[in-house]
Amino acid sequence: MLVSPNAPGIPPGAFCVLGRHWRRILGVLLTMGWIGCTRAPEADVVIHNTSEPETIDPHILTGQPDGRIGAALFEGLTRFDPQTGRGIPGLAERWDISADAKTYTFHLRPGLTFSTGEPLTAEDVVWSWNRAVAPETAADYVNFYFYVVNGKAIANSTNPPSLRPPLGIRALNSLTVEVQLVNPTPFFLDLCAMRIMAVVPRHAIERFGDQWVRHDPMPCSGPYQLVSWRPNAGIRLKRNPRYWDVANVRSETIDVLSGDSPSAALNLFLTGRIDFLVDKTVLPTELADTLKQRPEFHPFNYLGSYFVRFNCTRKPLDDSRVRRAMALVIDKRRLVERITRMGERPADALVPPGTDGYDGAHGLGRSALDARTPKEFDAAMAADIAEAQRLLAEAGFPGGRGFPRLAYMFNAGGGGGARMHEQMGVEMQAMFRRHLGIDIDMRPLEYKTYLTDMSHLNYDLIRGSWIGDYNDPTTFLDLFLSDSGNNRTGWKNARYDSLIERAAGTRDTAARFQLLREAETLLVRDEAPILPLHYYVGMFAYDPEVLGGVYPNMTDEHPFSAVYRKKLRGGGK
Amino acid sequence: MRLIRRLLTLIPLTWVIVTLSFFLVRVAPGGPFDKERRPASPQVEAALKHKYHLDESLGAQYLRFLGLKWERDDTGAWHRAEGGLIAGDFGLSLKYRNHSVADIILQGLPVSLVLGWLAFGFAIGTGIPLGVFGAVRARGWAGGLSALAAISMVCVPGFVVGPVLVLIVGLKLGWFPVGLWGSPAHAVLPMVTLGLYFSGRVARLAREGMVQALQSDFIRTARAKGVDEFGVVFRHAFRLAIMPVVSYSGPMLADLLTGSFVVENIFQIPGIGVFLVNASLSRDYPMVVGLVMLYAVLLLGLNLVVDLTYGLLDPRVRHE
Repeated sequence: MLVSPNAPGIPPGAFCVLGRHWRRILGVLLTMGWIGCTRAPEADVVIHNTSEPETIDPHILTGQPDGRIGAALFEGLTRFDPQTGRGIPGLAERWDISADAKTYTFHLRPGLTFSTGEPLTAEDVVWSWNRAVAPETAADYVNFYFYVVNGKAIANSTNPPSLRPPLGIRALNSLTVEVQLVNPTPFFLDLCAMRIMAVVPRHAIERFGDQWVRHDPMPCSGPYQLVSWRPNAGIRLKRNPRYWDVANVRSETIDVLSGDSPSAALNLFLTGRIDFLVDKTVLPTELADTLKQRPEFHPFNYLGSYFVRFNCTRKPLDDSRVRRAMALVIDKRRLVERITRMGERPADALVPPGTDGYDGAHGLGRSALDARTPKEFDAAMAADIAEAQRLLAEAGFPGGRGFPRLAYMFNAGGGGGARMHEQMGVEMQAMFRRHLGIDIDMRPLEYKTYLTDMSHLNYDLIRGSWIGDYNDPTTFLDLFLSDSGNNRTGWKNARYDSLIERAAGTRDTAARFQLLREAETLLVRDEAPILPLHYYVGMFAYDPEVLGGVYPNMTDEHPFSAVYRKKLRGGGK
Repeated sequence: MRLIRRLLTLIPLTWVIVTLSFFLVRVAPGGPFDKERRPASPQVEAALKHKYHLDESLGAQYLRFLGLKWERDDTGAWHRAEGGLIAGDFGLSLKYRNHSVADIILQGLPVSLVLGWLAFGFAIGTGIPLGVFGAVRARGWAGGLSALAAISMVCVPGFVVGPVLVLIVGLKLGWFPVGLWGSPAHAVLPMVTLGLYFSGRVARLAREGMVQALQSDFIRTARAKGVDEFGVVFRHAFRLAIMPVVSYSGPMLADLLTGSFVVENIFQIPGIGVFLVNASLSRDYPMVVGLVMLYAVLLLGLNLVVDLTYGLLDPRVRHE
């Protein structure tokens, strides 16, 4: 199948005897060069999106680069506000919420169509949601449907479709959709903007199956349509003329490039080939200090948490005193100032501050983080360390005597933040040794091995992180429910589960947050199955004089439809 | 006859390599669908595995891969499972789920081929003159300098050359684009980065070859007959001198044509080299096997071509 051209193997070095082959070699070279060199005219805006999307099917995709394309092509009942990152009217122009906040009635905009001209009605919304939730579709993010009546039951069902309960969504008429929720869900309108809740073209999917996104033209419900897609090179998007809000889609064409190398991305940006580095991971961390001084580089806080998982099923880590002792001796300020250096806030809890007005729990080591002067800080750290030593002694390891040699695992290689994980580990290793007298080995792992070991609880301490999906504390706190597949610490706590469950059934925001705070306190202060280190800071790059429509926000959502060029492209910066 | 026999041995050889890679990549821990976060429901995980037949036994997966798996359809009739190697189908990539392996290779390979040929041309075009020059002037300081140049080209790795070129020629001087692909100018820096190491190797081989050739009897005869120095070097010694370069060309071409992870990464070039590394890291089983097969076919094929070229260059080989 893969025939190499007939020219290879004739070494040009042999030209004195093979003169007649010269022309042929040249011919093949030129032909191939031409294939490699054809290029479409430049797009209005060029965005660097890091990794090549694994898929652009909005229901299947999981990665953030995939999601950016997914959001440009498909829309749901709501969409993300470019400024706040929250759900605002999308395909639905308005909605009514019942008194118990469990029934949402969405009113679609009249006259909606897909980019290919087929009408888009309430039935399409219902069909799309049912497709996403069905186990056969194999959508990783199906948990967003667990808030809808029967969503969880369907996703977990082993029955054929006919024997499953109906999903709590129905079309009242061609313009009205009614959704039944299990609990009042204050962030439900944000969820409706997620890709997995987007409206997809039934006719194309029924005809082409899984590969419907590869059939041209692909019917889109969002502001853009797909022009071309070359793996690892780029995707070209063009404004969808049938989109309901086409007047406010600022750029006609957008090129979305993929590439994994932060340095390459930075070089291209510096020479003006790329207008917008949208992904927070795309800048070389080594240069963080320098870059954040320049006006084109914009750091912002977002919903991300970096922590260490303890394996709570292994001795001696099954003893919360040991875990708390270890958590207390880590100087997190030092870690963010020396290693991550992007202005991260050191963490004592799991939920990043600023998550929808939630005032999070105060975890271990909080007094040190609150310290305003170096003196205060030293005093707080000293008190924490004394407490840690007391806890460790109480657990049967005074001065670290008799404590087994544990290992800290992290993913290494693969560039970007991976080297940072090792540096963090080395710093923590020294802190454990100095203050507790215990030795930790560093164990770098290849990424998939790291994930497998984490899932199978085949570790002592392991690096962990979590990026929130929507702006509510539960996007983090649900992680450590006893039955959560992403818990991966072996820690199970009935009280924690019941607090989260009670919060889900509570309408009053203050009361709900109070319950969540109690649960989080259990997690980060009393039980400590995790050791929080810091909250992520993202950084994207664009020249504010050249590009408009980009805003920092906690959910790290930057819809392409808002992005536009202020100036014509001209040379390097 | 000999050619046909050689060609026929390529088939079992390729099969062994492909089979080994099929099983080896599956031995590695983790699977293509293991991610930072796990699917929300075990049914989703199961459905995913089922969809891509990863829930079958290894033997069944292998038969399916070869295209020799028979299964019952809904009506109970037996039929051969679609696709498979015998149908020339490697299946879908498990990471890039909207692309087939063939699709990705066909998109990326031309780019890598162009870059590879350019780098090959660069390596030969600069390496041979450098080596020959070094051999002819073997005793002078110029010869020493050329030998030093050759060895430094071999020693400095691409991940140093590339960024330095980008920094100086791309960012400071602005002569060439610092990345992407699309015009001849885009190819210059990657070509040099990729070709420099090989140029050094070629120079060293050519130098050795030339030094030896110049000492052989037929050269002495030629000199005795009064052939001028230019004629001695280029008409007589040259053919023999580049023999080591020719034998090295096969593996070198296979290496260059299948793309380079480092160079494609530095310059963000949409070739195939990036996939070769990433596919194994992401446990993209079909992709790994497809690329290994591509590499194997190229390497074996080019070695065969090299063997045939010997005959063209050296009459003694032809007569054997």
